[in-house]
Amino acid sequence: MTVRNSLRLLSLALLTALVLVVSIALGAADLPLRAVLDALGGGGEDPARTIVLNLRLPRAALAVLVGGSLGLAGAVFQALLRNPLAEPYVLGVSGGAAVGAVAAVVLGWNLYAPWSLPLAALVGALFAITLVLRIAARAARGFDTRVLLLAGVVVGAFFHALILLLLTFASAEAYRSAGLWMMGSLAAADWPAVLLLTAYLVPAIAVLLLMARPLNLLAMGEQTALYLGTNVERVKLASYLIASLLVAAGVAVSGVIGFVGLIVPHAIRLMWGSDHQLLLPASLLLGGGFMLAADTVARTAAAPAELPVGVITALVGVPLFVVLLTRRVV
Amino acid sequence: MTETQVFEVRGLRFSYEGTPRPALDGVELQVAAGSLYAIIGPNGSGKSTLLKLLLGALHPEAGEVCYTGRRVADWGRRALAQRIGAVPQGEEMAFPITVREMVAMGRYPHLGVLGRPGREDQEAIEEALGRCDVTELAERPISRLSGGERQRALIARALAQRPETLVLDEPTVSLDIRHEMTIFDLLAELTHRDGVTVVLVTHNLNLAARYADRLLLLEGGHSAAEGRPADILSREIIERVYQWSVVVAPHPGPGRDAGAPQITPLTGED
Repeated sequence: MTVRNSLRLLSLALLTALVLVVSIALGAADLPLRAVLDALGGGGEDPARTIVLNLRLPRAALAVLVGGSLGLAGAVFQALLRNPLAEPYVLGVSGGAAVGAVAAVVLGWNLYAPWSLPLAALVGALFAITLVLRIAARAARGFDTRVLLLAGVVVGAFFHALILLLLTFASAEAYRSAGLWMMGSLAAADWPAVLLLTAYLVPAIAVLLLMARPLNLLAMGEQTALYLGTNVERVKLASYLIASLLVAAGVAVSGVIGFVGLIVPHAIRLMWGSDHQLLLPASLLLGGGFMLAADTVARTAAAPAELPVGVITALVGVPLFVVLLTRRVV
Repeated sequence: MTETQVFEVRGLRFSYEGTPRPALDGVELQVAAGSLYAIIGPNGSGKSTLLKLLLGALHPEAGEVCYTGRRVADWGRRALAQRIGAVPQGEEMAFPITVREMVAMGRYPHLGVLGRPGREDQEAIEEALGRCDVTELAERPISRLSGGERQRALIARALAQRPETLVLDEPTVSLDIRHEMTIFDLLAELTHRDGVTVVLVTHNLNLAARYADRLLLLEGGHSAAEGRPADILSREIIERVYQWSVVVAPHPGPGRDAGAPQITPLTGED
């Protein structure tokens, strides 16, 4: 890592930290900044302390975790599939998760056990990953990423048809909650969820960050990667599985939040190039910061009502991205 | 024979899935250390397939391919990449990167996943950029290079590996005279001055005849001839393999390669 790249990552980390403080300071309850900082520092008094530590902080942490995972997974999928249009949901993970979640809502499980919804979503996502992998493995010897992409897209389409089928049997109330889940929300955040997700995500993120050099080579081409010492099949399989598992966990707790995984890696590429040694950690940091900012807007723009965060990431993210895109030649 | 053989291929057969006849059958070759070895032959004669077998990207159906006495399949990929630099043909990059970033990838086999690049790596990169005459282009995106510049950048990446052997698939295809000669001169310098072993596939028979120590002429997956250029490039063999009338005359000079057989294809009416 060069000094320049370290400084770039440091600046992104500081930016995310700044967004974190701003996000926690803003909300339905009007708290003075002093009280917020006191609470963050371990002191402070209720109710500010409770609001900051038990409501806003876990939600902000969840936003950073999920956004970072999506940004990182997007960068990995783009390299793996050698396709700039790839995003974390391109291989049907979101479809599988949504089938699980919608089934849980329509069948009313979530009314008895709130944990059943993320669990069903996770099971659906894991099922989708297994299915796509098995189709791709059967269709081509080795691990052909073009076949993988096709398998992912058709499996995703099949799942989306299933979701529509399930929804035709849903009550109006269930229809609405399923729809809201599919637009994404971080409202369910609490400390147990954050800690569980952290324990699951951190090792996966660490392994993906270590794959920067093999992914650099894969993006050059599979032959080149092989000739420069990469065990190509192993890298492809590992990066597909780990990035998918990362996305599956994020989808399970927060629903389908679009565009983060597509535009964050490209924004980094446009600013700083495509070296994955910088791109991967930068996408992680920017994804986290961007999701946190989007969720802050979702919480506060129409308070006390809450907007779906997936709508904000698209409404804000796409114009920002277009500005970047038109300023620089890709 | 006591000479060290870098590549040794015996009784090689290979077929692509779903094709009736093997792409290569009964091919034998020996590449001596520090020599320049050229593989020639018509389109579809199996040249690129042979190169992929040498590099372990494909696996033989019968026979064996050895690198310095050990079967290529038994080498670890990284260990092989520390010794062999490869310049494959026509791979499209998925995302824009600069020449320097690409050439730096030549150090990956030495660095592994976590190793920090040190002074030796930096020197190898600068030297490779310099020898391929792309230092001035280092910060340019690969996508904005001309064909010749791009080819030189690819060779620079292979040289950054500081390989003992260099394997190239048609490195001068679509290049003009100056760029083609620059690359052949560089390859000759690498073999004669630095002791690097070079194996290349080329369609340029005349340059192969002038630069290569030995040639393998492939015909429909079989070896049509193997040996020193002056011994095998006769009118009879070329006309049979390429199915076209030619005249063969010695290179008139000047130059140290004066006398090498030079082939002129005749027009259809002659």
